[in-house]
Amino acid sequence: MEKKIVSSSPHFHSGRTTQRIMLDVIIGLSPAMIAAVVLFGIRAAVLILTCVAACVASEALSRRVMKRSQTVGDLSCVVTGILLALNLPVSIHPLIAVFGSVAAIVVVKQMFGGIGQNFVNPALTARIILMNSFPSRMTHWTAPGTAFGADAVTTATPLGLLQEGTGELPGYWDLFLGRTGGCLGETCALAILIGGAYLLLRRVISPVIPVTYLCTAAALSALLGRDPLFEVLSGGLLLGAFFMATDYTTSPVYWKARVVFAAGCGVLTVLIRAFGSLPEGVSYSIVLMNILTPLIERAVKPRTFGKPKAGRKAGDPHAA
Amino acid sequence: MALPFPKKPYRTHGGVAVPHHKNTAALPTREMPPPKRVVIPMQQHIGAACEPLVKRGDHVLLGQCIGDSDAPLATPIHASVSGDVAEVGQVFISGSEPAVAVVIESDGKMERDPGNVPPAPVHDRFQLAAAARAAGLVGLGGAGFPVHAKLSVAPDKTVDTLIVNAAECEPYVTSDHREALENGKNVLDGIYKVKEILGVHRVIIAVEDNKPDAIRELSRIADNPALDPNDEVRVLTLKSRYPQGAEKVLIQACTGRKVPVGGLPVDVNCLVMNIASISFLASYLRTGFPLTLKRVTVDGPAVAHPQNVIVPIGTPIRDVMEFCGGYKAPAKKLLMGGPMMGIALYTDELPILKQNNAVLAFDDRAAAEPAPTDCIRCGSCVAACPMNLMPLKLEKAALRRDAAALKALDVLTCMECGSCAYACPAGRQLVQAIRLGKALVHNAGR
Repeated sequence: MEKKIVSSSPHFHSGRTTQRIMLDVIIGLSPAMIAAVVLFGIRAAVLILTCVAACVASEALSRRVMKRSQTVGDLSCVVTGILLALNLPVSIHPLIAVFGSVAAIVVVKQMFGGIGQNFVNPALTARIILMNSFPSRMTHWTAPGTAFGADAVTTATPLGLLQEGTGELPGYWDLFLGRTGGCLGETCALAILIGGAYLLLRRVISPVIPVTYLCTAAALSALLGRDPLFEVLSGGLLLGAFFMATDYTTSPVYWKARVVFAAGCGVLTVLIRAFGSLPEGVSYSIVLMNILTPLIERAVKPRTFGKPKAGRKAGDPHAA
Repeated sequence: MALPFPKKPYRTHGGVAVPHHKNTAALPTREMPPPKRVVIPMQQHIGAACEPLVKRGDHVLLGQCIGDSDAPLATPIHASVSGDVAEVGQVFISGSEPAVAVVIESDGKMERDPGNVPPAPVHDRFQLAAAARAAGLVGLGGAGFPVHAKLSVAPDKTVDTLIVNAAECEPYVTSDHREALENGKNVLDGIYKVKEILGVHRVIIAVEDNKPDAIRELSRIADNPALDPNDEVRVLTLKSRYPQGAEKVLIQACTGRKVPVGGLPVDVNCLVMNIASISFLASYLRTGFPLTLKRVTVDGPAVAHPQNVIVPIGTPIRDVMEFCGGYKAPAKKLLMGGPMMGIALYTDELPILKQNNAVLAFDDRAAAEPAPTDCIRCGSCVAACPMNLMPLKLEKAALRRDAAALKALDVLTCMECGSCAYACPAGRQLVQAIRLGKALVHNAGR
């Protein structure tokens, strides 16, 4: 008799895969990558490729050394590489980028068990490691549109200018189109918004985290007397809200917990920007909230269907 | 005071958009000639097994009672062909303990048992429940919960809303759809019997919006003042989103009420009956002829001529498949029920049961399953769960055999609809793990 497959229901699957999700994230990051190359030149492309190659190699090697199944195919290490590159200044030495990539994949991701297991975002944590290891190189900003090399023009980021209180702040259009100093992928708001819209459309991310994060940050900025639109458009806020805070592994799985998480990111970002010694606080805010994610998930849980609300009489059938 | 009818369904949580594959919806049901032999298990659904009332060599008539039990959730079982009992043996049905089965060799005459006469008119809920039991009726939508138990509403409970479940949210399955199109008048007869005896003045026939012809046909009957004088029966069009037909989700969509954890529909004053069950109840009260036939959707990529077939209960699936032109590709997977909640069978020699609404045969491609990879915590399973559970945490707790954590996560509320596993991009076997989790909680409670 011909053998049949006997397995547990369901016998249907949506066809979604981790690989397809990561590919969508890569597509979503493409506008920002293109903008980076347009604004900062070919060196941006070299930096992105360097980070991706280093991340892929680190992932492949560490999986092999640990004798675990090969996971390069899920493309998550490619996403980490791109995100790390987009969080670096164009002038950084490629070897420093390689160092960051290895730290992201080997230390932050694989040492904790690989995809789905890391408790902080690998790209952001690597950026923080680099910020603390190479503070001056990580804050050496090149003006977009100037070639790299001898005639490169050194500039400051919009938030840097704001903190120093010197020089003229860029206008909204410059911020929107990315004609300011900053990391590869953070300056052009337009490109990030196009990519973010793609992720929302493909339902790779839900609007909960970016909307809550941006609204909280804008509201708190306004409350502190800072220009909310300027705050949203400058620094890494948009890139962070759409591509980093939405990282599945390090953010809560339940939407109400995501609201708390994203609101925390927003508050911390603005507090660091307004009162910290650093001009920018997106990386630290997201990583801090990553660390708090297990606690948020303990406190904010979905209420099982048909369970009475806390405080309501048990067994009340009309408890909505 | 009459309860208002909802104009549109109430919001429900979660669920997934599944492909419909309702290939057989437009094809008229065909009746299958009696098979050579039938295998009738004495346990077909939840509750105790029946004792066989016949022995080897006995001659039985069509509709004759061949098995019964005093247990509260048992329903009598009737011969679906006339002929001789060849054997009282055992049958192994996938996913359950071995059951005693009565095997009848058909004499091809389909000679009816003259003892099956229309029951005396029913006047109260006890008589109605007794009639449903005598008919051998169980929920025909797939779960097979005995109808008499459902109708025996405790005296301290009231039912203000009868919901007729014609949502049919499982892919492929169209047997309820065909029931609505071919037997609509009978459905209304059944509704009127139940609603009059239970004193219900609001009856909602719930249909998903992917069945516009069924909605039209049922509305034509329900909105006809000659048939429904006080306008107490209405059709409610539901969004096509799996699992709208699951009892708790359906009650929420129709009334906005939530059945409490561990509770029953009657706890929120609702009674839910499948459309085929209520229609059959009407014909039983008219003819006195018990449940021996079942409309079954035969479909799937490996079936030559997909269609709905009216089959004598106990007919081996192989015979049903042959009636539908046989397999056009090797059947790698054989399902009893729909692809989301159906049971995978190990052989097509197994018989059709009372509550079977579909038999599906999958070819190589359809049977292929994704290889599980690591959970990426995307939250798709949490968003998809209609019971608002956290399948990823249930899976983890089940795999580390943590009964206390499973209980805290309300594992027993899971109805195994499969939405989580369907949505999971890592292809994790979430439902399988949850089943293990339920067993762990049950064992820990002992």
